[in-house]
Amino acid sequence: MTRAALRYLPLLILAVAWEAAARLNIVSALALPPLSHVAAAWVDLVRDGDLIDNGLTSLYRLIAGFLLAVGVGGALGLAMASWRWLDAALRPLVELFYPLPKSALIPVTVLWLGFGDGSKILLIFLGCMIPVTIGAYNGARGSDHVLVWSARSMGAGRVRLLWDVVMPSALPELLNGVRTALALSFILLVSSELISSQRGFGYLIGYLGDNGSYAGMFAVVLTVAFLGFAADRLYQILMRWFLRWCE
Amino acid sequence: MDDQAQIVIDGVTHTYRPAHGRAVLALSDVSLEVRAREFLALLGPSGCGKSTLLYLVGGFLPTEVGRILVEGRPVSAPGPDRGIVFQHFALFPWKTVRANVLYGLERQPLSRPEREQRAQAFIDLVGLGGFEESYPSQLSGGMRQRTALARTLAFDPSILLMDEPFGALDAQTRALMQTELLGIWRRTPKTVIFVTHDVQEAVYLADRVAVMSTRPGRIKTIVDTRFGDRNPSILRSKQFVEKVDEIWDLVRVEAIKAQEDTAP
Repeated sequence: MTRAALRYLPLLILAVAWEAAARLNIVSALALPPLSHVAAAWVDLVRDGDLIDNGLTSLYRLIAGFLLAVGVGGALGLAMASWRWLDAALRPLVELFYPLPKSALIPVTVLWLGFGDGSKILLIFLGCMIPVTIGAYNGARGSDHVLVWSARSMGAGRVRLLWDVVMPSALPELLNGVRTALALSFILLVSSELISSQRGFGYLIGYLGDNGSYAGMFAVVLTVAFLGFAADRLYQILMRWFLRWCE
Repeated sequence: MDDQAQIVIDGVTHTYRPAHGRAVLALSDVSLEVRAREFLALLGPSGCGKSTLLYLVGGFLPTEVGRILVEGRPVSAPGPDRGIVFQHFALFPWKTVRANVLYGLERQPLSRPEREQRAQAFIDLVGLGGFEESYPSQLSGGMRQRTALARTLAFDPSILLMDEPFGALDAQTRALMQTELLGIWRRTPKTVIFVTHDVQEAVYLADRVAVMSTRPGRIKTIVDTRFGDRNPSILRSKQFVEKVDEIWDLVRVEAIKAQEDTAP
């Protein structure tokens, strides 16, 4: 308990400094509204339903895009590691797509699917798929051939090999790729909603900022930051459970 | 004698072709017969192709020149009639001891309780009772190799292929495991091909020792090493020491050749 408290002490200090800086006019209240105002604005936003409505929309987009990326990206990486022709066919594509800033695709996805949920889900899916694919691919390629031989000598066929040996072997790297994807999904969500949306966290941040409700704007930013943090912590707990067999 | 041979290796030549680098002739015209329930050691310096020969019998590598018959049928793929134990255990690290041992039983015509019972019996046999729910990463090297042994013995292969199984263990554990392996082999007789570069180990464990020459691997000679009762006390007997010396002389030449081969 005390260790957890100590760990987050810097955040508390930052919060106090923030409040003080705004109250004492060290920074203009316009640039940095006092934290207490931000908190009050947050309560208002929740009460109005604005935060919940936009939040649910965002979460839906995030989860849909993220799950699609994990499913398709993971399967693609394992398949590429298993079949050489597929590897040869898709590797150049993955390599080309890897360094592309995915936010550059925002206008493209809007062009294809409009301003609604579809374009956000597609963007998150495309952006998050690459780290998952690469993680699954590298993990599967690194699976020990002696384990494969072992399983074969115990009668495992091709499908069982994939399921029993290749997939678990790939798991540590795959799960690291998924963690990267999780962080990316928040970035892509908010940036796409800022630019091209009538709903969602990003839209709300932009809208409040444009209308001078800076306390509200900060409230939404902090909410997104907290959600991203919580998602990552939760993911780490899950990951540790999945990898409990690792040394 | 011929009709008793369970494994027939006949004129096998194998070329190892790495993805990068030049091809190496690993085995040249190797012929060998192993009788049912015989314990045969394949002895030779590292790089003599003894593991390659084992992998060919296991069906992990394709036989290109010559033929390998097991129970009269040519080997084409790995199968549960030939269990293998590797030097580095090859346990599934994501499975517990119990799950590892159960894995080989999954495709056997047994009911679930029968499988569980059989797995437990072999875990107990190798002295790992109480560690059923441990992961390999939580075990010592000796315990990992016991688990691997239990896993392979549990699905009851008639042939046991062992690839320097005690090579990664410390001297004390190795001595213990050797004696234990003999005990298990006496209780559940199997045909064993045991790859090793340790002369003493080969003489202690095997009925016959096939001494291999280095690069390309050939069977140089086969030495009968059957003594009366095998127990650790024979390790100090005159008969045993003489046998070890005799084989050591055969191997020495090859070991020196192998060293010269790998010297820069």
